[in-house]
Amino acid sequence: MSNLAHSTSEANSPDYLHATKGLWSWLSTLDHKRIGIMYLFTTLGFFLIGGFFALLIRIEHLTPGKTIMEANMYNTVFTLHGAIMVFMFIIPNVPASFGNFLLPIMIGAKDVAFPRLNLISYYVLWAGAALAITSIVVGGVDTGWTFYTPYSIRTGTAVTLMALGVFVMGFSSIFTGLNFIATVHKMRAPGMTFHKMPLFVWATYATAIIQVVATPVIGITVALLVMERVFHIGFFDPKLGGDPILFQHFFWFYSHPAVYIMIVPGFGIISELITAFSKKTIFGYKAVAYSSLAIAFASFIVWGHHMFVSGQSYLASMLFSVATIIIGVPTAIKIINWTVTMYKGHVSWDTPMLYAMSFIFMFSIGGLTGLFLIALSVDVHLHDTYFVVAHFHYVMMGGTVMAMLGGLHFWWPKMFGKMYPEKLARFAAFLVFMGFNITFLPQFVLGYLGMPRRYYNYEPRYQGLHQLSTLGSWILASGLILTFSYLLVSLWRGKKAPANPWNARGLEWMIPSPPPVENFTTEPVIFDAYPYGEEYDHKYPNLFPASGGTHV
Amino acid sequence: MLLWTALTFPLPQASTMAPKTDALYDFIYWFSVLSLIPTIAAMLYFAWKYRAGKNTAPIPVIEGNPVFEWTVSIVLSFFFVAIFIWGLIGFNEIYDIPTGAYEINVIGQQWMWTFQYANGQTSTNTLYVPKGRPIKLIMTSKDVIHDLFIPNFRLKQDVVPGMYSSLWFEAPNVGENQIFCAQYCGTAHSNMIGKVVVMEPDDFNKWLNGIDPQKMNPLELGKHLFTQRNCIACHAVDGGSAAKANHGGPSLKGIFGKQIKLSDGTQVNADENYIRNSIVNPAGQIVEGFSPIMPTYKGLLTEEELNYLVAYIKSLKE
Repeated sequence: MSNLAHSTSEANSPDYLHATKGLWSWLSTLDHKRIGIMYLFTTLGFFLIGGFFALLIRIEHLTPGKTIMEANMYNTVFTLHGAIMVFMFIIPNVPASFGNFLLPIMIGAKDVAFPRLNLISYYVLWAGAALAITSIVVGGVDTGWTFYTPYSIRTGTAVTLMALGVFVMGFSSIFTGLNFIATVHKMRAPGMTFHKMPLFVWATYATAIIQVVATPVIGITVALLVMERVFHIGFFDPKLGGDPILFQHFFWFYSHPAVYIMIVPGFGIISELITAFSKKTIFGYKAVAYSSLAIAFASFIVWGHHMFVSGQSYLASMLFSVATIIIGVPTAIKIINWTVTMYKGHVSWDTPMLYAMSFIFMFSIGGLTGLFLIALSVDVHLHDTYFVVAHFHYVMMGGTVMAMLGGLHFWWPKMFGKMYPEKLARFAAFLVFMGFNITFLPQFVLGYLGMPRRYYNYEPRYQGLHQLSTLGSWILASGLILTFSYLLVSLWRGKKAPANPWNARGLEWMIPSPPPVENFTTEPVIFDAYPYGEEYDHKYPNLFPASGGTHV
Repeated sequence: MLLWTALTFPLPQASTMAPKTDALYDFIYWFSVLSLIPTIAAMLYFAWKYRAGKNTAPIPVIEGNPVFEWTVSIVLSFFFVAIFIWGLIGFNEIYDIPTGAYEINVIGQQWMWTFQYANGQTSTNTLYVPKGRPIKLIMTSKDVIHDLFIPNFRLKQDVVPGMYSSLWFEAPNVGENQIFCAQYCGTAHSNMIGKVVVMEPDDFNKWLNGIDPQKMNPLELGKHLFTQRNCIACHAVDGGSAAKANHGGPSLKGIFGKQIKLSDGTQVNADENYIRNSIVNPAGQIVEGFSPIMPTYKGLLTEEELNYLVAYIKSLKE
């Protein structure tokens, strides 16, 4: 188990959790690991709140018409579910929590390039979240998370506060992105070339580029929206001389790249999980690494695929369709690379690997159903139906959240020095998998049958599928509640984790669990990314004395 | 799963476009199934065959296989481009409005559809069309963005304030097809539902020219408008409460001259002005126990038509 180069120094150096004590030591910390942990708990808290709203939506759909709430309440609930999940959970979650904790360690650095900016970005997220929460308290927002004009200009709900919240939270994302770009360029340990970086670092780096380039656009867009609401300056409302479709272009110019802010870090996690639990080097390192960058850049030229029936020009729709189809190829290649990586490895079925395999299954469905929406004539039928809802939940939840859960279990021992109960975790992973698919597979069917999204009331013929979906949401919720419960309990009751419980070969596994404040007590020894297999046993005999393949 | 759907939940193909869209849908469906199954099968096979503890062979270092990766990329690209082109061909047909199509104007508003025909005939929430003839809808919105979506036709198009958008279709068979609003538009978005009634050309012409105002008295005209403008969908005239269950409004039977309790606690006498105001500014005075979801008919009815409706509602005695 212990193949540590630095195990001797473990006793001398306090770990980052216990180095200083008290709440203030956390709130004022500049340690990237502590900031990452604060982000983790904050965003997971928002995930639970957003999930609570999701359950309300599903319960409401047990019957057509009123089940538990009125139409206006329903409209507020689905808006808050979307806005909280997108802006307060999934965008900051993986980059800011996992990225912060892991990125410096993975490149052999002591911290990020700008530790103070890092802490500021956390508080900026809270400032934005405070505005968003205030908007909920004063009555909520009923526009959908997309804020489409002119509805968002005319509705009487607290759109201005929520928009300002999104504006402020955007800066948090930009700061994190800037910090990571600088960190990757300037803080790599001697010997850590770009091509030795783990793929999670590549993914986080690609994400950071999108965060810095795209996020200002959503800031400007919601600022214009606020000006129009408050000062009646006509940007988007035709009554004031504006153009409502212009808003959609602005909005998706950010929000499509934002989809990749949400999923690309998940790709990074999956590359780490598949290699660690197959004990095999990644198949096509460069293809996976550069496709993250390619996807990041291409994500800027596909936003109009959200607008095929909006009234944008025929030519625009054609170009956006073809650009999007091009993005499909590197994405498909990634899935194949991950699958082939398992070939002739030593595959263990630990919980993180179960999530990684869930990811491959569900993200494939998410990607393939994207093909239906890219085909222009088919999209005309499916647009704004439950098919789209199911599609992006397969990508965002079946993709990103599965990767996040896999990563959470993988790095939990590293973050807290505690093991979670493996059997319970596998059972919870099974519940999450079943629950998710029972919730969302019926929604593809509903969508094909014409059930529009954001419908409070629905035709009785859709009821059976809606009820099946609601049943699934309860299974999914129990899986997630179980997961978060045993993880929390493990903080006190969990077995002490060794430095490298998985026999994995990444820099973060060469240091104690939890890591010391300065990450590396001696100069880290840099090796290739994913040095699994006999060849590497001989290449780095001091680092990997045991054959990495044997799982004890 | 989706195939099973297609078998067990058939969605009628009620336009000339529908079978073409479905053909591409089926193609993508089979492409997806046939690429998903081998991927997942390979994953599970590798996970089982090479499971730790069972597979003790040394782990090879395989850094990639460019021939394999390029082959897969090229094959996939071929299918993806085929899907794009096929979709574009369908999209061309949706965009390419046949000359000589029969034109109908559509006005969307919160939360109702109004259809206007060339001879001045109007209908609310029910679109009457002749079968076997291309129909062109010229659409705009009075307030926010709506979307006219007819699942049986596989067609939808946003309806945007401040501009026209258009949509054409040809329905080969007589029948009724649901219209949904597919762009979120507020409180009663999910009740903004109408239907397309496809008729034999003769029946359509009869309907279109069926009303001769010269031959009807104001009461008959009012009764006709009450149906044509779809007031009947939400307001019972026989004292029934069925409409209320369907998120409708109060029954109008015998209200004239009565004291009406409003949701703000005040009372109002249901005189001619009250009825008129309730039609042109329905949110102004909400009857106790109801929600402000009735769309305004301001600008949609002439003064004469308002007179006819008031006359008709006055006539609904207990």
